[in-house]
Amino acid sequence: MMRLVPQPFLSLAIFGLWLALTGTFGAGQAILGVVLGIAIPLLTQRFWPDRPRLKKPGAALRLFLRVIGDIIIANLQVARLVLGPTARLRPALVEMPIDIEDPLVAAILGSIISLTPGTVSIDIDFERRHILVHALDVADKAALIATIKSSYEAPLKDIFQC
Amino acid sequence: MFAEAAVSILTLFGAAFVLIGSIGLVRLPDFMTRLHGPTKSTTLGVGSIVMASLVHSSVTAGSLSLRELVISVFLFITAPVSAHVLSKAARKMPRNREEKTGP
Repeated sequence: MMRLVPQPFLSLAIFGLWLALTGTFGAGQAILGVVLGIAIPLLTQRFWPDRPRLKKPGAALRLFLRVIGDIIIANLQVARLVLGPTARLRPALVEMPIDIEDPLVAAILGSIISLTPGTVSIDIDFERRHILVHALDVADKAALIATIKSSYEAPLKDIFQC
Repeated sequence: MFAEAAVSILTLFGAAFVLIGSIGLVRLPDFMTRLHGPTKSTTLGVGSIVMASLVHSSVTAGSLSLRELVISVFLFITAPVSAHVLSKAARKMPRNREEKTGP
């Protein structure tokens, strides 16, 4: 079983994506979806020499919902900053140290940072183990780093156990 | 009736956020701050419009339409990547304009 479906979550995602794309739930498309869900992970195996494993799907779902919620809040905050007096903004570059062991997980963290409250990840320097973050309005750099670490980095480390 | 209201609200909400994103592009002081406009407001803006489309086509076709969901997933995957590439390129450029937060 492990041989045929090495990445069960990727297979499920491809299957779901295929059904959503075709927009039909007939047996034919379902079979094609299953075939793709099995074939694509097998064919792309070599691109992932030591891929991170999703250890806690439940925690992943919780993080996903939290990120969606934060995106909505972030948009309202950024909207207020954009429409308010721009001279009062305190933009800053913040170097955030990371202790994630896996480049792919670090990239996921970078993407989450870009999608949420007033922050964009500019550079993920995996050798020096930090992410350069640009924030639109920072009062306290240390507090910003602490927030990102506790709300996104800790759950990611927990999900992938790395 | 309920679906119509939901579609209208989602469309208006989305359009408002896309507008705010564009206003940000004009108003914010330098390149790095301008990046925040498109990555934030457009994800929620376009996301809401796509959701409006999902509700609309599901109601008119009488069956659940999930293609829009796929669009928003790809949107959320690609937005940070484009912001990342833009900001990386900006850091490599010579500084020749007024910057509040230089690269």
